[in-house]
Amino acid sequence: MSNSLLAGKRGLIMGLANDKSIAWGVARACAEAGAELAFSYQGEALKKRVGPLAGQLGSDVVIECDVADEASIDGLFAELRERWGRLDFLVHAIGFSDKNELRGRYVDTTRANFATSMDISVYSFTAVVQRAEKMMGPGGACLTLTYYGAEKVMPHYNVMGVAKAALEASVRYLAEDLGKDGIRVNAISAGPIKTLAASGIGDFRYIMKWNEYNSPLRRNVTIDDVGRSALYLVSDLGSGVTGETHHVDAGYHVVGMKAVDAPDITKG
Amino acid sequence: MSDIADRVKKIVVEHLGVEEDKVSDSASFIDDLGADSLDTVELVMAFEEEFGIEIPDDAAENIQTFGDAVKFIEDAQ
Repeated sequence: MSNSLLAGKRGLIMGLANDKSIAWGVARACAEAGAELAFSYQGEALKKRVGPLAGQLGSDVVIECDVADEASIDGLFAELRERWGRLDFLVHAIGFSDKNELRGRYVDTTRANFATSMDISVYSFTAVVQRAEKMMGPGGACLTLTYYGAEKVMPHYNVMGVAKAALEASVRYLAEDLGKDGIRVNAISAGPIKTLAASGIGDFRYIMKWNEYNSPLRRNVTIDDVGRSALYLVSDLGSGVTGETHHVDAGYHVVGMKAVDAPDITKG
Repeated sequence: MSDIADRVKKIVVEHLGVEEDKVSDSASFIDDLGADSLDTVELVMAFEEEFGIEIPDDAAENIQTFGDAVKFIEDAQ
């Protein structure tokens, strides 16, 4: 599905881990649309994965960034500025929580993990938008990834649901702040996808089955589904859209009860 | 060698980029085959996909060697 929606545009992709990552689906869709991409990674284990994937999309701009560290974020954007001068779009696909707290009860969340989850999963987006804004002009676009667990209670999602709710709220505030300069800020609320990060969530296979049987499209979404919607939001196709949380979940968010034709399933 | 062992070996060889003859029953993914902590999660995900099974976290933690993986998957079939 080659097109030139992002021809001549430069985008930064943060949070790629491997070829199962949602960030990979987004990066691929953007590259196919003609975008020139840069990637950030955290730590050696991810560097050796991100480097070859970036190469597959013709990018050699692979920069280390620990979003918990202000100096590291400054370093990333300083390097980008040096190489590119300007930035057209930013994709943030980063979140973190202690996986021991992504099972069982939310009420048992510790203060330390609450703070870490909010810092990495919520504040990091504000922190990078803060820097990206200075390199963007009218037409610039920022995108983050969220999940329905922000709106409704989902099993085991716990503190990440609370963090994603805050992330979605911050998208609205950032949209207002940057809108005056013609920069858009949106989120995609993706249905469950089996990524490296999702492997930390309890009963994930059951959650995926439930979504497959009960979403209007009767299937799960893929990283390419998310990639295509991301392309719309970061390109001029989405020029009138900002502050939005766009569901790419096969329609699951409109459903009120179990589908009559859905099989009864139990936790495997 | 069983069909399951062959399929597991193929995944390990491709994912970790190691020589096939290094993948013995007692070969530890981390200590002998150079896997990092993300590799071990990715391998478990690849096994789940290949065999259509679920490997719970506590079981995954006990899968340290190639032999452990084959045994778990054979028992799960």
